[in-house]
Amino acid sequence: MAEEMRILMRNYGKIDPLNIDDYINAGGYKGLEKARGMTQKDLIAEVQKSGLRGRGGAGFNAGMKWGFSCNAAADQKYVVCNADEGEPGTYKDRLIMENDPQSVLEGMAVCGYAIGSNQGYIYCRGEYPYVVDKLNTAIEQAKAKGVLGDFNIEVRMGAGAYVCGEESALIESIEGHRGEPRFKPPFPPVIGLWGKPTIVNNVETFANIPVILEKGADWYAGLGSISYPGTKLMTLTGDIVNRTFIEVPTDTTIREVIFEFGGGIPDGKKFKAVQIGGTSGGFIPESLLDTLIDFDSMAAIGAALGSGAVFVMDETRDIVDVTNRITKFFEHESCGKCSPCREGTKRMHELLQQINHGLGTAADLDLLSRLGTVMSKACLCGLGQAAPSPVLTTLQHFKSEYTNKLQ
Amino acid sequence: MTDYRDIILTYKDLPGGLIEAYHALQREFNYIPEDAIEVAAGVFDIPKSQAYGVATFYSYFQVGKRGKYIIRMCESAPCHVAGADEILKTLESCLGIKAGETTADGKFTLELTECVGQCQATPVITINSKPYGDLYPEKITSILSECK
Repeated sequence: MAEEMRILMRNYGKIDPLNIDDYINAGGYKGLEKARGMTQKDLIAEVQKSGLRGRGGAGFNAGMKWGFSCNAAADQKYVVCNADEGEPGTYKDRLIMENDPQSVLEGMAVCGYAIGSNQGYIYCRGEYPYVVDKLNTAIEQAKAKGVLGDFNIEVRMGAGAYVCGEESALIESIEGHRGEPRFKPPFPPVIGLWGKPTIVNNVETFANIPVILEKGADWYAGLGSISYPGTKLMTLTGDIVNRTFIEVPTDTTIREVIFEFGGGIPDGKKFKAVQIGGTSGGFIPESLLDTLIDFDSMAAIGAALGSGAVFVMDETRDIVDVTNRITKFFEHESCGKCSPCREGTKRMHELLQQINHGLGTAADLDLLSRLGTVMSKACLCGLGQAAPSPVLTTLQHFKSEYTNKLQ
Repeated sequence: MTDYRDIILTYKDLPGGLIEAYHALQREFNYIPEDAIEVAAGVFDIPKSQAYGVATFYSYFQVGKRGKYIIRMCESAPCHVAGADEILKTLESCLGIKAGETTADGKFTLELTECVGQCQATPVITINSKPYGDLYPEKITSILSECK
């Protein structure tokens, strides 16, 4: 039996999250202390060497990203923690913030030192007001203890827009605007919040930082897969015995996640499909379950690690019905800024509804494929580019479910 | 109008404070009164269209009156396969309203929402942002009776 590796969740259930002394007694803020003893350049090199890649879904090397902001000359720079966790089936960032909020603050302060910023924001989704309260308590305690030095952190609340998980939309929202993504380049590390260099990293990315500094880049780089080292926090939902969270090294297979950690499918039923990475992730059939969960292995099978949500469907589930539901989600969440997404998500949902109600034709399936391919290339941001993924992968792996529903 | 202005003024000097001001209004009234948007536009010195555009962009904000208890039913895929439809039907029949409506006595508003991040306990609803999970139809009656 494979075992969990609790690095991010090392303090889970062991400390009182709202008592900073507990965190400090467990070794907290040693990473920040160590970071402040290094030059900015050495610190960034260390983070880069650890191989830590963004845990929000894009998988960019965190140290390299920090380097862009460090090198950008500006009178003000910002550190933003993306806590706008909105991928259906995902609650890992909430777990981190509720159970070990100081680890996130510490990671942000390290980033602040690395790039030369004294101001951080946590953009927390509006659906988590109870998490916002906890974060504010944690920030007050950190300020009172003086552990953050001159680094200041404020919490800003999102308001129910999935697109704000995209970093430039998130920045627009902190600025008090509609959360519509910006054209890129320039990228936020160079021109971000209020036009200043800004690092936006996911909660899980920041929470990894203290332990990387404490134990060293080489130690971290040796965990899990070589190209995407470390652990991944995953949340198991749908038709699975253990509907819970797990933290596993990134060289774990999907099969192990579902059948060992997840305990398999309930009621003796058979596995049909799993969608990983949230609602924008691809559907994966039984034949691909031996794939590793790391970023590149998942990309190689046309799927994504994304947020680490694992949504399992048993043999009784209607793939077309679930996909139809997903296309409704994207139609609702498209911000409307670019037409391939605004119109594409709408037409995609229309086609799926038609097929789901038994009114589709073979020509509709071709149309869906073409529409999906165009959207994945032509949409402005990750939302529209990823939106067709569930449709395209179900057409690829579960085509008979569609053809069985045609007129 | 004065009430709105006092609330909004608190955020006037906060960079990007408009959204925080809307959150504060919604905490106070459970929704954003339409008149308050005009006040906000004045305080933040932006066109009314922009103030309105921000308020209506975000699904967590509701412009116009809502009930005392806002029930939001998650309809994202994990809740969908866990029986969200059945829970929604139960809610609709208990409350005598459809999703998007408010009861005549102004007590309950029923809304649909996407994932609320409590997927360890699907299907999930939230009542005034507090999550209730692992729902089955019989449980709905007792949860509703807690709302006085």
